[in-house]
Amino acid sequence: MLGYLRRNVSLAVGLALLGVLVVFMVVGALTVDTANAQPLSAPALQPPSWDYPFGTDRQGRDLLAVMVAGTPLTLRIGFVAGFIGVGAGAILAFTAAYYRGRVDTVIRSIADIGLTVPQLLVLIIIAVSLKGSLTVNQMAIVVASLAWLSPTRTIRSQVLTLRERGYVEIARLNGMSGPEIIFRELMPNLLPYLAATLVSSVSAAILASVGLEVLGLGPVEAPTLGMTLYWVNFNAAIINGWWWWWTAPLVVIVMVFLGLFFLTVGLDEIANPRLRRSA
Amino acid sequence: MHAIYVIKRFGVFLLIVWLAASLNFFLPKLSGQDPVRTKLLEEASLGGYVHAGIDDMVKQYQQRFGLDKPLWRQYLTYLGDMSRGDLNYSIANYPRTVAGMIGEALPWTIGLLGVTTLFSFVAGTILGALLAWPRAPRWMRWLMPPLWALHAIPFFLLGLVLSWLLAFQLQWLPIFGGYSAGANPAWSWTFVLDVLRHAALPALSIVLVSVGGWALAMRGMMVTTMGEDYVTFAEAKGLRSPTIFVRYCMRNAILPQTTGLALALGQILSGAVLVEAIFGYPGIGALLFQAIEENDFFLIQGIVFTVIVALGFTTFLLDVIYPWLDPRISYRRS
Amino acid sequence: MNAGDRILRVERLRVSYDHPLGPVRAVGEVSFALRPRERFGLAGESGSGKSTMALAILRMIKPPGRIDGGDVWLEDIPLSGLTDEAMRRLRLAGIAMVPQGSMNSLNPVARIREQIRDALADHGERLSRRAGELRARALLAQVGLPPEVADRYPHELSGGMKQRACIAIAICLRPKVIIADEPTSALDVVVQRQVMETLGRVQAELGAAVILIGHDMGLMAQFVDRLGIMYAGRLVEVAPIVDIITAPRHPYTRLLIESLPSLERKGELRGIPGLAPVLRELPPGCAFHPRCPMAQPRCGTERPAVREIGEDASVACHLA
Repeated sequence: MLGYLRRNVSLAVGLALLGVLVVFMVVGALTVDTANAQPLSAPALQPPSWDYPFGTDRQGRDLLAVMVAGTPLTLRIGFVAGFIGVGAGAILAFTAAYYRGRVDTVIRSIADIGLTVPQLLVLIIIAVSLKGSLTVNQMAIVVASLAWLSPTRTIRSQVLTLRERGYVEIARLNGMSGPEIIFRELMPNLLPYLAATLVSSVSAAILASVGLEVLGLGPVEAPTLGMTLYWVNFNAAIINGWWWWWTAPLVVIVMVFLGLFFLTVGLDEIANPRLRRSA
Repeated sequence: MHAIYVIKRFGVFLLIVWLAASLNFFLPKLSGQDPVRTKLLEEASLGGYVHAGIDDMVKQYQQRFGLDKPLWRQYLTYLGDMSRGDLNYSIANYPRTVAGMIGEALPWTIGLLGVTTLFSFVAGTILGALLAWPRAPRWMRWLMPPLWALHAIPFFLLGLVLSWLLAFQLQWLPIFGGYSAGANPAWSWTFVLDVLRHAALPALSIVLVSVGGWALAMRGMMVTTMGEDYVTFAEAKGLRSPTIFVRYCMRNAILPQTTGLALALGQILSGAVLVEAIFGYPGIGALLFQAIEENDFFLIQGIVFTVIVALGFTTFLLDVIYPWLDPRISYRRS
Repeated sequence: MNAGDRILRVERLRVSYDHPLGPVRAVGEVSFALRPRERFGLAGESGSGKSTMALAILRMIKPPGRIDGGDVWLEDIPLSGLTDEAMRRLRLAGIAMVPQGSMNSLNPVARIREQIRDALADHGERLSRRAGELRARALLAQVGLPPEVADRYPHELSGGMKQRACIAIAICLRPKVIIADEPTSALDVVVQRQVMETLGRVQAELGAAVILIGHDMGLMAQFVDRLGIMYAGRLVEVAPIVDIITAPRHPYTRLLIESLPSLERKGELRGIPGLAPVLRELPPGCAFHPRCPMAQPRCGTERPAVREIGEDASVACHLA
C-alpha cells in the first residue's frame, strides 16, 4: 500500500491534505468550545494571540471556533450534495447507457442542456425563491438539485465504453437480466471511476455552496467557511487590514479544494491505468 | 448538409432560451413568495412606513408589475415581454429598467471575460502542448506543479489573496471598482488606463487559475495524440519535428480541447460572477451581488436570464465553428 | 555477406525494452540482406518481433526500447552513424514505410494531397500549390486511385483506398527500399489482391526492394521471392519461397506450412501445439524447443547458431 502511494503521488498528497483537515476537525471538536463560533463570544477584531490563536472577527466570533465548527458544516454540504448527485447521476447514467434508445436520448439531452447553463446562477434563483434564509441541510438539497448533471454524463460515457466489451455480451447471452448485469458486471469495474467522480462531485458541490454563501445566500446563522468569507467581504476586511479574518478560511478552503483535486487525480490514475505511463 | 446542422443547433439554442425563461418564471411561484410584497415589507421595516395602507400599495405595485392576472396570462405576457427584450422594472431601483441596468453592466463583463478567457485558452493551450513535447526546454517542467495547484482553487479565492498582496500590501493596483471614483467616463487615454488598472486584479485572478487548467488539459490530449498511428507514420515519413508537432499533434489535440471550452463556459462565468462581486467590478457579477443584497427579484431574474441566453448563444457559435475544425463532424449526425 | 550487390543489410540487430522486472529482448541477433528489386517476406506470429524490425530499421525505436547492438546498412551507409537529421532525411527518401493504412495511419484532419505535400516539403521539395496538386494526382494515378482522392479526407475513403494512398505517399520520393508492415491485415480478400498488385507494380516501376511483414503465409507465397521466419525475436529460417514451401528446414517452418489448409487434401486442421513464449521468460536453449516435435536434449541447453546455406538461405536449428 505504501509502495503504491509512493508511485501515485497525487493520491498521497490528496489523502495527506484531507487527513490534516480531519485531524484538525477532530482535535478541534474535542478541545475547542464551538459556542464561541457565535457572535459576541469574544472581544472583536483581535489579531491572533495565545487566547485566540486565529484571532476574532468584527462581531466577536472566535475564529478558531469558527473554523472548527464551520469546516465540518461546509464539508457536510459538499458530501451530502455530492453523494446525492453521484447517486442519482449513476442511476440515470446506467439506465440511459444500458437501455439506450429513447430513454438514452431523453436523459442525455436533459443533462447536456442542463450543463450549458451556469449552475451557480440557477442555484441563485432557487435560493432566492425559497422563503427565508436557508439552513445548512437546505443548502445541501439546493446544491444537490443540480449536482447530478455532470456525473450523469461522465458515468454514462464510461458505461458505454464498458458495455461494448465482451463480458457484457457474454453475461447477456447467459441470460442475466438488465439490472443484474448492471450490478454484477458493470459496477464492480466502474468502482474506481465512480470514486473519482464522487470526489470531484463533492468538490463541485462545495464550490457551489461556497459561491452561494459568498454572495450572501447561505445559512446566515451558521459559521460555514463561505459565510465567513461573506462577512470578510461585507466588512471590507482586506482594506481594513484584518488579515487574520480571511487567512484562516482561505487556507482551509484551499486545502479542501487541493486535497479533493489531488485525490481525484489519484483515483483517476487507479481507474485508468493508461494514464500511468505518461509522466 | 451543413445548413441543417446549423439550424438544429440554433433550435437547441432557442429551446434553452425558452427553458430558462420558463424556469425563471415558475420557480419563484412555487414558493408562494410575492417578490413585490416582500420588498415592500422590507422597505417598510427599514424606513418605518405605517403598515396600514401597505395592502393598497401592494395592489398598486401588483397592477403595475402585472401580478394580478391569472397565471397563464402572466406567463404569456412574460414570454412576450422577454422576446421583446423587456425584462421588467427593477424593484429596488424603480423606475430604472432591468434591461437598462444590465445593458450598462454587460459590456464590462464581456470585456473582462472575453479577454481573459481568450488569453487563458490560447496561452494555456500552447503551454500545454509544449509541456507534452519531449523536445521542449526542460525548465518548463517546473511550471507544472504550481499550475496544477493554482487551477484547483476558485477564481475569487485567488482574487482575495492577490488583492491583499498587490492592492493592500504593495499598493500597486486599485482594490475596488471599475474606475476611480470621480473619474470621467470618456474615451480618453487616462480613462482607459484607469479602467485597465482596475481590471488588472480581476483579470489576473481569472487568468492565473485558468491557464493551468487549459495547459493541463492540452497536455493530456497531446499525450494521447502522440501515441496515435498517424503520428508514427508521420515520423516514418521523415517529417520535421515542428511539422509533426503542429500539424499532426496539435491540430488533432485542439479538437477535444475546444469541446472542453464549450463545456467550461458555464463554470467560467460562474467564477467570474464571484470575482466581480468581490472586487466590485461593475459588471454583471457586481450587479447580481447588489440585486441579491437589495432583494431585487426582477433584477436577479433578468440577470440570470440574460446570462443563460448569452451563454447559450456562445455555445451555439462554438458548435457551428466545430465542424470547420474537425472535417469528420459534418458527416456524422451529432 | 559482402556489401557488393546488397541494397539493404541488417547485421546482428538487437532490440530490447526496459521493463520494471528486467530488460526484454524483442529482437535478437537478426541478420539478413536484400538485393535490389528483391521481394523479401518477414513472417511470424504476433509478438515474434517483426513489427519491431520495421521500426528498428528506420531507427524509430523509442524509450523504453533501444537498439542494443548490430547495424543496418543502406547500400554502403551504416545507419547508426547518421545524425538524427540525416536519418530523418533518409526516411521516405531512402527507406519508406507503408503502414497499415486501413487503420489510423493518416492524419484525420488533413486532406490526402496535403499529406503528400508535407512529405515532399520537409524533404526539400517545396512545390507551388498547382505543382503540388499535379504531383499528388500523378502519384495517386500510379497506385490506381482517381484524382479526386487528393481532395478527400481519410475518413471519406474506404480501407483499400486508404492503404493505396499510404503506398502513394511511401513512393513519392522514389525510395530504394519499401517496408510494408502488414499492409493488408484488415482488408477483405478482394481488396487485398488489389493492394498487393499495386504494391508489386510500383515496386517494379521504381526498381525498389520490398520487405513485406505479415503473418499470412498464403499472401507471402504469392508475393515474395524469399521468406524469413521469425520466432521469439530471432530469424529461425530464411530461404527462397519455393524452398520454404516444398522443403522447409526448420521444424517451426515445417509446422507452419503443414498448418496451411490445402484445397486438394482433405483432413484435419492442424495447428502448432503450445503457445508462443513470453519474451520476458524465454526458455533456455532454442526458444522453440518446448513445442518442437523433434526436440533433443541438446536443444534445451544450447541455443542454435544461424547457419548459412549458400547466399540466399540460412537456418538456426541443431537438427537441420
